[in-house]
Amino acid sequence: MNRNKVWMSVALAMLLVACKSTPIAPAKVEDKSVGTPATTADQNANGSDTNGIKEVNIDSNANGNDGNPLRDPNNILSKRNIYFDYDSDAVKAEFRPLVEAHAKYLVAHKDAKVVLQGNTDERGTREYNVSLGQRRSVAVKKALNLLGVQDTQIETVSYGEEKATQNCADESCFQQNRRVDIVYGNE
Amino acid sequence: MMKAFNRVLSILLFLFNILLMNSAHAALEIEISGGSAQQIPIAILPFAEASGVATNEMIHQIVTADLKSSGLFRVLDTSGMANLPTTSAQIKYPQWVALQAQAMAVGHVDNLGGGRIKVTFQLMDVLKQTQLIGMDYQIAPTQVRSTAHKIADAIYEKLIGTPGAFGSRIAYINKVGKRYTLQVADADGYNPQNVVSSNEPIISPAWSPDGSKMAYVSFEKKKPIIDVQSLSTGERKVLANYKGNNSAPAWSPDGSKLAVVLTYGANSQIYTISANGENLQQLTKSSAIDTEPVFSPDGQSIYFSSDRGGKPQIYKVPVSGGNPSRVTFEGGYNVSPHFSPDGRYLSYIRNDGGRFRVALQDLSNGQVQLLSEGSQDESPSFSPNGRVILYATKVRGRGALATVSADGKVRQRLSESSGDVREPAWAPLAKQ
Repeated sequence: MNRNKVWMSVALAMLLVACKSTPIAPAKVEDKSVGTPATTADQNANGSDTNGIKEVNIDSNANGNDGNPLRDPNNILSKRNIYFDYDSDAVKAEFRPLVEAHAKYLVAHKDAKVVLQGNTDERGTREYNVSLGQRRSVAVKKALNLLGVQDTQIETVSYGEEKATQNCADESCFQQNRRVDIVYGNE
Repeated sequence: MMKAFNRVLSILLFLFNILLMNSAHAALEIEISGGSAQQIPIAILPFAEASGVATNEMIHQIVTADLKSSGLFRVLDTSGMANLPTTSAQIKYPQWVALQAQAMAVGHVDNLGGGRIKVTFQLMDVLKQTQLIGMDYQIAPTQVRSTAHKIADAIYEKLIGTPGAFGSRIAYINKVGKRYTLQVADADGYNPQNVVSSNEPIISPAWSPDGSKMAYVSFEKKKPIIDVQSLSTGERKVLANYKGNNSAPAWSPDGSKLAVVLTYGANSQIYTISANGENLQQLTKSSAIDTEPVFSPDGQSIYFSSDRGGKPQIYKVPVSGGNPSRVTFEGGYNVSPHFSPDGRYLSYIRNDGGRFRVALQDLSNGQVQLLSEGSQDESPSFSPNGRVILYATKVRGRGALATVSADGKVRQRLSESSGDVREPAWAPLAKQ
């Protein structure tokens, strides 16, 4: 099509010749806090364990939980995951008791702070999913605000799809990824 | 017939790349399919090597691979031919006219001593028997690969009329196991170098316009924070660490500022911030999601994705502020806008019934073409010459990189051998 252009074009190529590439010095990110709180979405969601075997966690049961209700497995405050429907940021009725319990704790402990971490499933683009996860954490924040929790006690952030289980084959897998995790400031 | 040919071609190229992997540390393998209807027939002859010079025919192989990958050239098979010329004076033109070559490249490599070599090359017009390009490069032996890309770029520009992009670089995130690494490699995937790595996610790499720095989002502090890192010194600086999310960095064309997405306690909104981290200004004010900002090449507007109208679509707003106006109307879900360097085209991701693909919109007439064939394609990014779009796709559940020519005719896949590769960003041409 532009055969003429092809043969007529001038030696602009010369301009490219002198390019030299910038050397790259790698930088290591220091991971200051050791270990992400493992996302135990599977057990939390259904409460059922496979093969009829119930795992006993010696650390929390035998050694007690130093009286901290946030870490007492028998206390609803130890439940930290709120799950969402597809394309939705509505906090479902079944998570109402969980949200109320955390609101009550935060109102009673004005020095306590939480980070609400929003998450999405892997479908969609990464940055858009960061925004969708944020919308979910904002929805939980608004629920806490209505129950009297101060803005200064809450930070809403989003991991988008970054913590999502990859290559989900079915809806129950996708659903595990659509959630807000409540993380207390000293955790 | 053409299909069978393409299959053979891709197998040959695959084998060819395995051969190359032994001589250089390749991270990505390339498969090519399709091709332009009008390919320029060209002969690329092996460069003669003086004693003491061992480039192992790399120049000839790389130039050939580069030109083939564009889909715009038919590189003639010269294997088995005797007495191949290595200077223009040695060329017996009737032989090459009979092969229907329009152009041919000849060259030789000489030893300059002191660890330097000289690569001389000529591109000849076979029909007119005239020289189109004549160049020599005095280099260290470690620069053979980059020199070969420069030769391919010179041939491409001479015969196609736009600068080549073979000598350019790409960045991407490579996840191996639980570790995330931002890497920079040659455009053909060779010479991968680590820029930064972390056990927490790294997303959204963005080149500064001069190619010297990268902005990216790191989750090392358990929340998204924007860092800017110098590639040559490795020095990292936090650009934005405000309450809530700090994400989606995009440089202005002059490199003086960035568009970023912050949330504080609400939904994602777009801000601008000076490259030194000062002068933060809110650009969009909505109760919807506004994210994925990108500057238009003239620096006057910021395009972004937003669900202010219900489903996500692409909007634009003047950099100075004002009311956003909608850019995409076709399709129910369009996100991740990226500009061609000349500002004429906008590439983005369209979700069509759960299938995410690369779309290209001609901004002069609004026409849209779907370019990619995947179902989870993301992160479109133009080559510096605007001819090719690099994007992320999924192959058997793993992230891989792919390219498609802007006319949709030539596709390539660059797949990493061990990792999960995502979020490619094609580097601008370094201004020197």
